[in-house]
Amino acid sequence: MSTWPAIAQIAADVSAGKTKATDLVAESLKRIQDTQEYQAIIAVITDRSVVRARDIDARVAKGEKIGRLAGVPFIAKDNFLTFGSETTAASNILKGFKAPYQATAIELLEAEGAICVAKANLDAFAHGSSTENSDFMTTKNPHDSKRVPGGSSGGSATAVVLGLAPFALGTDTGGSIRLPAAFTGAVGYKPTYGLVSRSGVIAMASSTDVIGPLTTTVEDAALVLDVMAGKDRLDSTTIDRDKTSYTVLGSDIKGKKIGVIKEYMGQGLDPEIKRSIDASIAKLKTSGAEITEVSLPSLTLALACYYIIMPAEVSSNLSRYDGQHYGYFAQNAKNLEESYNWSRSEGFGDEAKRRIMIGTYVLSSGYYDAYYKRAQLIRTKLIKEYEKAFSQVDFLLGPTAPMVAFEIGQNVSDPLQMYLTDIMTVGANLAGVPAISIPVGSAHKLPIGLQLLAPQRQDRALLALAKAAEEVLV
Amino acid sequence: MISAETRKKYTATIGIECHVQLRTKTKLFSAVSNEAYEASPNTLISHIDLGMPGALPVLNKKAVDYAISIAFAFNTRPQKYSYFERKHYFYPDLPKGYQITQLAKPIIVGGYVTIDVDGKSKDIRLNRVQMEEDAGKSMHPEGKDYSLVDLNRAGTPLLEVVSEADMHSAAEAKAYAKELYLIARYTDVSLADMYKGNIRFDVNVSVSKTDALGTRSETKNLNSFRSVEKAVEYEINRQIELLEKGEKVVQETRGWNDAKQKTFSQRSKEEAHDYRYFPEPDIPPLDLDEAWITLIEKNMPVMPAEWRQRLSGLGLDSQQISTLFDAQEETNADYLSLIEANLEDKERAKTYANWIVNYEIPFRRAIPGGLNDHSSRWPVYDQLYNLQVKNKLSSNSVKALMIELLKLHKVQLPVSIEKYAEEKGYIQVSDEAEIEAIVKEVIQENQTAAQDVKNGEMKAIGFLVGQVMKKSQGKANPELAQELIKKVLR
Repeated sequence: MSTWPAIAQIAADVSAGKTKATDLVAESLKRIQDTQEYQAIIAVITDRSVVRARDIDARVAKGEKIGRLAGVPFIAKDNFLTFGSETTAASNILKGFKAPYQATAIELLEAEGAICVAKANLDAFAHGSSTENSDFMTTKNPHDSKRVPGGSSGGSATAVVLGLAPFALGTDTGGSIRLPAAFTGAVGYKPTYGLVSRSGVIAMASSTDVIGPLTTTVEDAALVLDVMAGKDRLDSTTIDRDKTSYTVLGSDIKGKKIGVIKEYMGQGLDPEIKRSIDASIAKLKTSGAEITEVSLPSLTLALACYYIIMPAEVSSNLSRYDGQHYGYFAQNAKNLEESYNWSRSEGFGDEAKRRIMIGTYVLSSGYYDAYYKRAQLIRTKLIKEYEKAFSQVDFLLGPTAPMVAFEIGQNVSDPLQMYLTDIMTVGANLAGVPAISIPVGSAHKLPIGLQLLAPQRQDRALLALAKAAEEVLV
Repeated sequence: MISAETRKKYTATIGIECHVQLRTKTKLFSAVSNEAYEASPNTLISHIDLGMPGALPVLNKKAVDYAISIAFAFNTRPQKYSYFERKHYFYPDLPKGYQITQLAKPIIVGGYVTIDVDGKSKDIRLNRVQMEEDAGKSMHPEGKDYSLVDLNRAGTPLLEVVSEADMHSAAEAKAYAKELYLIARYTDVSLADMYKGNIRFDVNVSVSKTDALGTRSETKNLNSFRSVEKAVEYEINRQIELLEKGEKVVQETRGWNDAKQKTFSQRSKEEAHDYRYFPEPDIPPLDLDEAWITLIEKNMPVMPAEWRQRLSGLGLDSQQISTLFDAQEETNADYLSLIEANLEDKERAKTYANWIVNYEIPFRRAIPGGLNDHSSRWPVYDQLYNLQVKNKLSSNSVKALMIELLKLHKVQLPVSIEKYAEEKGYIQVSDEAEIEAIVKEVIQENQTAAQDVKNGEMKAIGFLVGQVMKKSQGKANPELAQELIKKVLR
């Protein structure tokens, strides 16, 4: 596994003419080439990357200012619309789809000089926790190729840990950035809902989808977030960013009130992970953190609630893939009805179909009140519990996942077992609060993630704490 | 055919859903032109209208402005809190697989529209008004094995106005449809071009002999007041005939065949659609700022119902008001603004209203092409009125002059109407001394008639006035002449 300097350093070196963007892109492309057996990458954006890199180098030579990510290669999860390659969301139904516009996040990163060199594998439409639901291939965990990297941003996490690029983008609907970060030993950041524009990112569940970075350090994550954060006129759910940069970190653990989430530390948690998390808690305490135990009783319902709301939105968001306007369509259909049925039956994988069916069911008249409406009530209750918890402590803490990376194929035939991997991450999505997974220690010789959460819009404080914790724990 | 007597036994009940296309520059959720009429197919589309992956709707603020002003036009206020929902169904002209509309919390709840049928006014209550996007247009060329889709219209902002079932005759339905049209025009929220389908009506009709409502039919997509009236009339008769034959009315969606002047069955029993509505997560709920609402309320123009009251206060009858309203829409002559500008001076406003209804409108209707440059005409009104007030013009002269000036309008209007009237001999003499001299001459020459007047035979006074007019070559003020004759003979 190769490493990169800090992103800010790379950009400074490129801007100063010490490093060439073309060399960085070449290095990144070479590493992608050399690590194909991990199946992290769906598409390589060679031509566009090289052209952009040459342009940056030429502008540097002319003394122009490039930006805070000058020449920094990165990899986007393949549910971000990008130029220079197909955008498929790892689904057959979008195979061959070329985006007519780019995601706002990509545009913002490019405007600061970053270069998107490849598209990473994911569970199709981000439905999954292992990348096994990708219609194309399963990504392998960089620490043990028999194991999954977690999902759905498994390709992005693996890419970062393998050093294919200094950072990667992921999306987190129920844990899809943090879980693969935990399983592969990366830093995965899920911002406050609405802090980063969703425009141009293939929607999974619109009310919980967020966009965030996967990196090797908290500092890098903060820089990437800072470039992407803020209101976007193309996404009405975006919120105002902090005036201060998210990269201004420098925080002390001392005196910080941290609540350990009771519901995450009990039954179902791998004892080795518990030992490691407990050890981390002890270190934080030694560093002066005020640790208490906090209970959010509705968290026990969070997963059930999530698996109603999310499929409801998924079933709606996937309606547009109907074979009539773009993407896969059934050539042999004889009429409109067949065209719809066959295009969708042949184009969608099993997991997408499962979620469409669940979502359609919970939104149907006669079932809406019993499922969707009740789930929304629980969601509101959960949000209130988070608010209450955050009135007592500054941050919440727990493991990112109850288990370490499992073996490929282990959970494939048991979707419920697979859904359980999200149990510690979905809460933050339902409440819209920011959360980060940082690698701390190991269990069964595999990485594990420590999850830290903060109130909505406290992204900077959370990153600052995570940076301080990283120094003590990693 | 059913007899009038049979007809009388039934009460018809009518509710109307109306789609009003808003005149925003851009679509409801995308920054693309809303001028779909006559544009080449699929030229007014963006990734949002196409339902591309990752595309998100962004609400057009102007459409909300329009909805707010419609709320005031409907005698209510907009809901402070409202939100959009997704209505799901598959059709090629609906690229997202759902329509963004409102259901549980629409922007307007309640309100009413005052209609006028034969001089009697009636309030039709509204159930709701919801904002929504239009779908695209599907075309099925005859004899071809393909269909075509044009998405120019997809995302066009609509207000769906849902009435309560408060109407009971075709005439009321027509009056309601027309009133909505007028409101759309007067609020200026829609181009309201019926021909282009800017306003479309769906009428729900049922008949019953009892207090319980009968089974209703819904006739969709009517785009003229006449078709609303005719379709309702047709449905009432059709349903009564069915019931009289002992058959049942089927709950169904019907279409209107304008050539045959008949409704026809389209699909029965709604095909059990489950639209799976749920709140649109991509658009935050609307929480209207009070200042925003108040600003629009302050700038509300006068609505047709209030105009009707104003004009009736100026002495116009319901027929004349209706003529004036029609003319206001038919030409670009802004009669109402002229009247409004003079409302403080009631006599003047009254006179103008009468001139408009009696001379201006009939004349304009008679000439092909009409008169377009109307605003330059209003000074003519002011000058004519001033001459009349000063007794320099008789009412007959005013009429004659008005017609002459209308004819001249397209050529060249005189700068000074007074000078023109003088040249043409319209100015009447109101100088007492001058007229009295003529009166004396006339009495001298017509002793018999004078004697008759003295004897109380008032018919003769008309003869004498006539003579005065003749002698003055029509310039004498006849009223003054009459008074002076009486005075001289007393």
